[in-house]
Amino acid sequence: MNGMLSIDVSRCVSCKTCELECAIAHSEAGTLFAILAAGEKAQRRIVVEPAGQLSVPLQCRHCEDAPCVAVCPTQAMHRNGQDFPVLVDDARCIGCHACIAVCPFGVISKSRMGKAVVKCDLCVRRLAQGQQPACAAGCPTHAIRYTTPEEVAREARRRSAESFLVAVERGSTR
Amino acid sequence: MSTTSRPAVPEVSAFDRALTSMDPASRQMAQRGRDLGLEMVWDRYQAQQPQCGFGSLGLCCTVCNLGPCRIDPFGQGPRQGVCGATAEVIAARNLLRAAAAGSACHSDHGRHMAHALKEVAEGGATAYRISSVERLSKVAREYGVAVDGRPKEKIALELAEKMLAEFGRQEGDGVLAARAPRKQQEIWKKHGITPRGIDHEVVEGIAKTHMGVDNDAANLLKSAMRVGLADGWGGSMIATDVSDILFGAPEPVRGRVNLGVLKEREVNIVVHGHVPLLSEVIVAATREPELISLAKEKGAEGINLAGICCTANEILMRRGIPIAGSFLQQELALATGVVDAMVVDVQCIMPALGQIASCFHTKLISTDPRAKFPGMEHIELVEKDALPIARTIVRRAVENFPNRNGARKLIPSETMDLVAGFTTENVFYNLGGRFRATYRPLNDAIMAGRIRGVAGVVGCDNPKNKSGGSHVEMVKELIRNDVLVVQTGCSAIACAKAGLLKPEAALEYAGRGLREVCEAVGIPPVLHTGSCVDNTRILTACVEMVREGGIGTGIDELPVAGAAPEWYSEKAIAIGWYVVASGIFTVFGTPLRVHGSPAVEKYVTEELAGMVGGAWAFEPDPVQGARLMIEHINRKREALKLAPMMYQ
Repeated sequence: MNGMLSIDVSRCVSCKTCELECAIAHSEAGTLFAILAAGEKAQRRIVVEPAGQLSVPLQCRHCEDAPCVAVCPTQAMHRNGQDFPVLVDDARCIGCHACIAVCPFGVISKSRMGKAVVKCDLCVRRLAQGQQPACAAGCPTHAIRYTTPEEVAREARRRSAESFLVAVERGSTR
Repeated sequence: MSTTSRPAVPEVSAFDRALTSMDPASRQMAQRGRDLGLEMVWDRYQAQQPQCGFGSLGLCCTVCNLGPCRIDPFGQGPRQGVCGATAEVIAARNLLRAAAAGSACHSDHGRHMAHALKEVAEGGATAYRISSVERLSKVAREYGVAVDGRPKEKIALELAEKMLAEFGRQEGDGVLAARAPRKQQEIWKKHGITPRGIDHEVVEGIAKTHMGVDNDAANLLKSAMRVGLADGWGGSMIATDVSDILFGAPEPVRGRVNLGVLKEREVNIVVHGHVPLLSEVIVAATREPELISLAKEKGAEGINLAGICCTANEILMRRGIPIAGSFLQQELALATGVVDAMVVDVQCIMPALGQIASCFHTKLISTDPRAKFPGMEHIELVEKDALPIARTIVRRAVENFPNRNGARKLIPSETMDLVAGFTTENVFYNLGGRFRATYRPLNDAIMAGRIRGVAGVVGCDNPKNKSGGSHVEMVKELIRNDVLVVQTGCSAIACAKAGLLKPEAALEYAGRGLREVCEAVGIPPVLHTGSCVDNTRILTACVEMVREGGIGTGIDELPVAGAAPEWYSEKAIAIGWYVVASGIFTVFGTPLRVHGSPAVEKYVTEELAGMVGGAWAFEPDPVQGARLMIEHINRKREALKLAPMMYQ
């Protein structure tokens, strides 16, 4: 497992579909209408945060040296191995909220059900079924994509090379 | 690991789901379209997944430029729009706007018909004539037009002017509201929802949804009822009345349905849309010897006319013209590669047609100034020159016949026989016999427990549901339980394709009591009463059932129910409102966009019942939907203390 969520802020139109899809994917009831019928307090793990003219979908970056894991006194915040997402073990969490305090992205929240904290789990169950994380699958503009760090770097290199090529060509026609 | 995450279920694509639920001809052509690389409605539906949750719940407000705003349905985010509108106000405003658009659409159709009647009366539109003087006289009397001893043109002119005045009426109640039973009229008066001028209700409804006007959800929803009633007991009813006057009141007629009605060796013209002013003159033009011989010159054996959507229902009901398909079959018809021209007017015409047609030789022709499509040739239907214009259109199709691409032709073999042409008036004869023109036998059959009740199953087909399959499943369940079914629109087309509109269907599918009635009278267990504006026939049939007596003093007391298991359009919302506000329990296959507001949801599903007698229920499973209708009918039977069902 080496996936990551890649965000292209230039494509985000602030529709908040990712927030709804995330809350639905992590709900007990399972669908939008069933959640409302059951009165379930569904909770999103991703937030579209306004930043000037742009909107930025923010969720757990699953840091390699994760402060939330380091600070957790009960090892509730854990990782099952390198390249695995950072997850919360509800049974171990004592609700001290130290993780919320140290998260540099502010993407860990108190649970609305009064139990532990909630954060992005990279939709591990959906991944196991061969599906994309709900936010990426639901994003109508593909601003959120599920990819790998290698692929993100490869794309960045390609863009960089292309712009380099343009610069060289301009120089040669001068 | 303990983060809750719903187990992911592998999702079936809309296309694959359609393949399991559609009729065989549609399945074959959908697969054909896919093989040819066409992007069709199922593909576009899939590409839209997930559809916006805020919109689905009615929580997206685009009314003003403080927004756009949306309310968080899960209560974490904003609970009010910038203006302060709550989920209740936003959902109610959206619903009223949709009802107003639907009512506007039907009513504009009605106005168009009334204008045509006026032109005919003035001697201008010579392609049309007053075909039913009986209907003209009956309707004229209701409008207070003197009938006796006057020439029909004089009567028609005065009637048309009075009908047109109904749209712009500034004072008093609409004339047609008086057709409703006294009890319904009193209920409407009590709640202040009696429809007035047809345009008045639409304009006032829209005005109320402007930012800062009506901020009370219940008051907004009352307007949605009123705007709906102005359609059902107004615009749509005028459309049906004028169509019957101009083109003749339908009589039971045999017809055929499904894509197999297209013919390989003939020029195929498909009319698609709603207003019969176009399709009726096309029918006439296709029968002209000159155009038929031109077709033969071009190598065809003749000219074959077929219809899609409600304009198809109009010319089926009166002329027995075959139906090529329903709303969801418009692209499939083009995919046969043998449609030489598709001629459209207004409503339910997919913007995608141009793209699909570009893969074939098919010529698309738009005809109504209200509805233009990029890339379509526009030949405008002007009523006073209707026949020459229709000839031009037919000629275009004939001249296009030699351009067919042989490699791209594929016509499914399926067709199905049906009987259509039932109306409020002729059911008298079918149920009573020619010498007992009365609803007595129907009411007696209901009272005796031979027929449980009557259900109207109407509306569109939708890739969200079973692409037409829901209608068939629902109607089979209803007739199996001795519920007589009346239908219109694409719902009727769906059931016709499944063979439910044949008299023989009674033997195969109907419960014993209903079967006995069908056999005695010689009718199918499922009665096709026309296009979507002809849902008004269902209203007037209910009026007759009340008038005949014994099964309730108002429509709300009758053992009847309604359903639109695959509705998609705003017109369906307007219809739903007038049916519910007329006292009829109604099942929609997918919900109105109200679930973001518990108060609005409760209003439409519960509180309305206490006000007007009717209410909505939302049930995606068509058989479960039928069960809800049957349970409702049973409760009404109990309240009326009717006999137990004869054959339980």
